[in-house]
Amino acid sequence: MFNLFKYSSPATFYPLAGRLAVGFGIASAILLVIGLYMSFFVAPTDYKQGEGYRIMFIHVPAAWMSMLIYVVMACWAAAGMIWHTRLSSMMASSLAPTGAMFTFIALWTGALWGKPMWGAWWVWDARLTSELILLFLYVGFMALESAIDDPRRAARASGLLALVGVINVPIIYYSVQWWNTLHQGSSIKVVDGGVETSMSEIMVWTLLVMTFACWFYTIAVALCRVRSIILERESGASWVKALLQERK
Amino acid sequence: MKSRHKRMVFIVVGLAALAGAVGLIMNALQSNINHFFSPTEVHANAAPTDRSFRLGGLVEVDSVQREDDGLTVHFRVTDNAETVPVTYTGILPDLFREGEGVVAQGKITSDGVFMADEVLAKHDETYMPPEVAEALEKAELAKAEAANGATAVEPAAVQPAAQPQEGI
Repeated sequence: MFNLFKYSSPATFYPLAGRLAVGFGIASAILLVIGLYMSFFVAPTDYKQGEGYRIMFIHVPAAWMSMLIYVVMACWAAAGMIWHTRLSSMMASSLAPTGAMFTFIALWTGALWGKPMWGAWWVWDARLTSELILLFLYVGFMALESAIDDPRRAARASGLLALVGVINVPIIYYSVQWWNTLHQGSSIKVVDGGVETSMSEIMVWTLLVMTFACWFYTIAVALCRVRSIILERESGASWVKALLQERK
Repeated sequence: MKSRHKRMVFIVVGLAALAGAVGLIMNALQSNINHFFSPTEVHANAAPTDRSFRLGGLVEVDSVQREDDGLTVHFRVTDNAETVPVTYTGILPDLFREGEGVVAQGKITSDGVFMADEVLAKHDETYMPPEVAEALEKAELAKAEAANGATAVEPAAVQPAAQPQEGI
């Protein structure tokens, strides 16, 4: 039987993460080139917003990733609390900076999109405000973790924050349905088990390619980061010393 | 019960309780979280009369009138049930159009006119190439004509035009 817990040991996960990171990094780069080409040259001009709408091909994947990464991060935090596996909290902390980056990109490109289309860089509606809270949650998670010296206590405190903050994710997602917002509703949504979209098909494909590029980028970067964290935390372990001997 | 099961239950129950609490708070703050009032709410006196608030809805078709100074504009905001007349002096966003969404910040006067100091365009979540939009519009027109002259036009002849979704 394939034993998942075998890979929850940092010593076995470290070389695996290295190989996976390379694969996901290459896949991400290829998809990004295709996705950007489609965003600028293949996707048609919009009937209402002209060329300006193209910013959504980075805005929407970034916003999706900001929410998804947070949920994954909270799951790792929960796993770490339940099973007390060392690797889980390392995975959680390796995702946080990328999540914060995508949240910032979503907010920033949103402002750049909002000014020409709505007429304002920023409004305090439910969607924008809850996404800003998400950025604060990421920053808070990272700050709390780095403020506590003992890694196990740091993981518990920041993990609790990650878990509490996960409530914000459905609020972001459904904010445009639950309340009046200036932000438009979702163009792609799941209705009664089927997917409905109010975009032309090629736009949806472009969005998907860009989303997978961001997804693979996140996996690659998180794996690289978790390798550094493993080396840092396990620096006293014999396998790390053996690894260093090998490199010399 | 193993201790890891206890921790799992603790996390699940804790999150559920937190979600419930947040849900109740959100429900209580419903009107504060809403970004704007609709014309129906304004007519029902739900919007404040003594201070500034935001009014949102669609710009009623054929309601936009510009004054000679070129900057002052009058239009009506509708939610297809009630309408509120709006007066605004300033530059309108590019996407401000009749039949499109709008969110205006301002105060309502005693005679029921909303004096806006800021008008923002609210666009919807539909994106498509101009040709498709044109085709849809044509289909819509054909449909309307067919509905007007229902006796004159064979229903079968309308069928292709009634499926404009194809090829989007």
